[in-house]
Amino acid sequence: MKLYQQTAQKIGEMLAKKEVTSQEVLEATAERIRQVENKVQAFTTLTLDEAASRAQAVASRQDLGGLAGIPCGVKDNLCTKGIRTTCSSQMLENFIPPYDATVISKLKEAGAVMVGKLNMDEFAMGSSTEFSGFFPTNNPWDLTRIPGGSSGGAAAAVAAGEVFYALGSDTGGSIRQPASFCGVVGMKPTYGRVSRYGLVAFASSLDQIGPLTRDVTDCALVMNSLCGYDQLDSTSLQVDKPDYMSFLHKDIKGMKIGYPREYFQKGVDDSIKDIIKKALLTFERLGAQVEETSLPHSEYALAAYYIIATAECSANMARFDGVRYGYRDDKAEDVEEMMCNTRAHALGPETKLRIMLGTYALSSGYYDAYYLKALKVRRLIKEDFDRAFEKYDLLVSPATTSVAFKLGEKSADPLAMYMSDILTIPVNLAGIPAISIPGGLVDGLPVGVHLMGPPLSEGKLLQAAYSFEQATDYHLKTPVLEV
Amino acid sequence: MSRSKYEAVIGLEVHVELKTNSKAFCGCATSFGAEPNTNVCPICLGMPGTLPVLNRQMVEYAIKTGLALNCRIAEFCKFDRKNYYYPDLPKNYQISQYDLPIAIGGKLDIEIEGDGASKTIGITRVHMEEDAGKLVHQGNIMTTPYSLVDLNRAGTPLLEIVSEPDMSSGAEARRYVEKLRAILLFLEVSDCKMEEGSLRCDANISVRPNGQTKLGTKAEIKNMNSFRALERAVEYEIDRQIKILEEGGTIIQDTRTWDEVQQITLSMRSKEEAHDYRYFPDPDLMPLKIDQAWTERVRASLPELPDQACLRLVEEYNLSQYDAALLTATKDGLEYFDACVRQYPQPKVVANWIMGELARLLNQNNMEIKDCRITPHALSQLLTLLEKGTISGKIAKKVFEEMFQTGALPDKIIEEQGLVQISDEAGILAIVKEVINANPKVVDDFKNGKGKAAGFLVGQVMKASKGKANPEIANRLLNEELSRL
Amino acid sequence: MALTIKEVEHVALLARLNLSPGEKELFAQQLGAILEYFGRLNHLSTDGVEPLAHVLPLANVMRDDEIWTPLDKEDILANAPLEEEGQFRVPRIV
Repeated sequence: MKLYQQTAQKIGEMLAKKEVTSQEVLEATAERIRQVENKVQAFTTLTLDEAASRAQAVASRQDLGGLAGIPCGVKDNLCTKGIRTTCSSQMLENFIPPYDATVISKLKEAGAVMVGKLNMDEFAMGSSTEFSGFFPTNNPWDLTRIPGGSSGGAAAAVAAGEVFYALGSDTGGSIRQPASFCGVVGMKPTYGRVSRYGLVAFASSLDQIGPLTRDVTDCALVMNSLCGYDQLDSTSLQVDKPDYMSFLHKDIKGMKIGYPREYFQKGVDDSIKDIIKKALLTFERLGAQVEETSLPHSEYALAAYYIIATAECSANMARFDGVRYGYRDDKAEDVEEMMCNTRAHALGPETKLRIMLGTYALSSGYYDAYYLKALKVRRLIKEDFDRAFEKYDLLVSPATTSVAFKLGEKSADPLAMYMSDILTIPVNLAGIPAISIPGGLVDGLPVGVHLMGPPLSEGKLLQAAYSFEQATDYHLKTPVLEV
Repeated sequence: MSRSKYEAVIGLEVHVELKTNSKAFCGCATSFGAEPNTNVCPICLGMPGTLPVLNRQMVEYAIKTGLALNCRIAEFCKFDRKNYYYPDLPKNYQISQYDLPIAIGGKLDIEIEGDGASKTIGITRVHMEEDAGKLVHQGNIMTTPYSLVDLNRAGTPLLEIVSEPDMSSGAEARRYVEKLRAILLFLEVSDCKMEEGSLRCDANISVRPNGQTKLGTKAEIKNMNSFRALERAVEYEIDRQIKILEEGGTIIQDTRTWDEVQQITLSMRSKEEAHDYRYFPDPDLMPLKIDQAWTERVRASLPELPDQACLRLVEEYNLSQYDAALLTATKDGLEYFDACVRQYPQPKVVANWIMGELARLLNQNNMEIKDCRITPHALSQLLTLLEKGTISGKIAKKVFEEMFQTGALPDKIIEEQGLVQISDEAGILAIVKEVINANPKVVDDFKNGKGKAAGFLVGQVMKASKGKANPEIANRLLNEELSRL
Repeated sequence: MALTIKEVEHVALLARLNLSPGEKELFAQQLGAILEYFGRLNHLSTDGVEPLAHVLPLANVMRDDEIWTPLDKEDILANAPLEEEGQFRVPRIV
């Protein structure tokens, strides 16, 4: 097995045992990037020089462990001091943040080696990474297909062996859906578990940062570094931080798992349903009690989500006005024209559509019918989950309705694109944690199993995911990228 | 113009910058007058990815203010985003409070004229919000080719205090803001400097014929940077609206600015722009739950307020309502008065000196009481010397002026300048005799019954003694000598 | 049902987006279709349901009134499209 194919955890062991140096690991990663990046197009910015000095700094330290010396990538909506942070938008093509996001500080403390910033749908608005303001990313399993989105660059880079793990953000499935499409592990933690400070906001009440990794062990490893209270984020939870690695080797005998029937209805491909049914049998075989259950308001989640997300987005995106940073139309005569032209020129069509939608939903005369209604529906959806978790430890569903679709297949039809998030969105509305893990292949393309748990149940999710992973070999399958 | 046929309806929105160390949602300093863009950080610059964290002191000050204005403090309140684009507003939304402000339903009493008469002005609400930055124009906003954005002020904590439309004249509007300012200064939550913009005031004004219940169309007046400007702008606007109605016209609802140079209000409408602020709860900030214990803790920390102090001065010190109101107009003034009374427990005497000589000198020198070099200790010493007869009233005023200029203690001034009153009868008698001898004509006048002549002679005695002769003794001895002639 | 061009223009002004005629047409259609989909929420009664703005059971998250170090001057203006005398320069306001 080549070095770049190892898991982060294995690389960490090799570094600790001095079987390899952090520079050698970085060189293997750089080599892999050189080989496949032109096919995958996962990165917006490569930072191999900074990575080299970081790898060197780490090499001289003995005390690190964890993520020290292991190359990673970061979605390009996480602010990195001195390194451009574009959100894959023309608006921020040359924006260099003067500060680090809290998770970036945490990675630096842990000795992580960031090799680049990863492509995404512009400002995280999209489900295919086709709405990147620069270029689309290709799915390493089939380069004619999308990798999912919005953390498409992150999922593709991990799947293609260009990084050992990546950080993404998940507002309605933006970690889990691409993880599913690219055959990697992706976790969205409980809202408030990971600091959002420095994550360029799409929808503030839904956004959460999380890891994309090769396997469940790596997910636990990265989670250990990411989580924790941050006084810079008022929505950060002040709770104890468990050692997620400690959950991995517990069995799941007696665990109660429900599968909501609404997640298996029309719109979900039969081949996907089959994969999940097989997964449920695996859980049963591992000693879990598996039952059908119901989340009755699921059918309203998508509409409520797109109202809330776009409303928040319309305000979050207002700061991109050409005054203090970012692109500016310099031909305008007055400031209003400058703002209107700047935004019209530097934002992509999907971003503009969502800003328009959110502005409309909040505007005078429509607030009650759309925004307020959506907040009420949000409560009903959360209560569905609350009730389910009184009975079940975890819920299982498909992560996506189909395998990765073709480039261009849905990009002209916003609603069709929105529908592809239908299974991951309710989790964000409820603020609960969830994980997508490889559940098998359909026509040679990966499909994810989606596990959802009550607030702060990341440990239990990792426990169940790890048991499943140990009982299967889907996570060992990797795409073949002819070099 | 027949002003008497109309009634004006005035409500005020007052914005005050709170005197916190740091900004509302980040740790930048709030100091006034710093070099442009030096008190800024990624948060108040509205950089992508940044998040607000609420300053506890802002909330404490808001509760304090709400209580002082007799408001009900909300048990639950939240922050909302007010969306509008302006280049001095970094996020292009302002963090504010919309439907659930921190304090509602208060009141404030203003004295209308002279003793006694007062009017209650309702306080609709008090809410917290962040300030915007500043635009620096080349000349004025209408003609400048471009503007510069300084964000030092962006994110400074503000309270917006909204009154009920309970006022009906420029004078009342002025009294309301003066009273509000006094309260805020007593609370020490704001500097309230109108000229520096730490207290800003907008007025909503409409007029209607007497007896009409329906409100007239209102205009909002901005940019009134002093009490005088406020009073004049309100009066001007009332007259303007009445004139329009008298001429059979209709008032257009608009926003107007007070032009200090021309002393008129001007319409600010430029482009047709729909005002739709699209308020919604700020997802980055958690709500506030203010329980009874918190409110009561703040209530217990409230200082004595102007009205309470005024009542104390009337009831305990027997001062007139008018004097008490003057002495409690500012916190510094009241503290000075109280300190003086503690050292020289004759409130009426102290009050007269503060409102008389001290006020005159402060006024002349354009100073405030906090800049005064006469300590309460020094004043009490002076008053004691006067009471004991060591110096005369006239000398006391002279010494007071000297104290005001140099800050020296009265006993020192009196000693250095030899100002001690002469109460030695033999010495004064000698002067009296001298004066009588030197003014035979006046003495004749006196004998012929001209009362004025005695006054002249006393004056001559005082003059000859360089003002140091005890006037009572001088008077008595002069009368004795004259009657003996 | 598609939005009218006038409605699109009103929203675009509120959102400070100078849309091309083609974009206005497209957004009128797309917004109409999406809003129609949102209409399904009307089938669900939410009488007596409290709106949920925050999923977290948090309140009173505050910091002490302390001053942090400000940004370095060059960091403040490093990304400025147009700068003058340490300030952000913008075209005329009116």
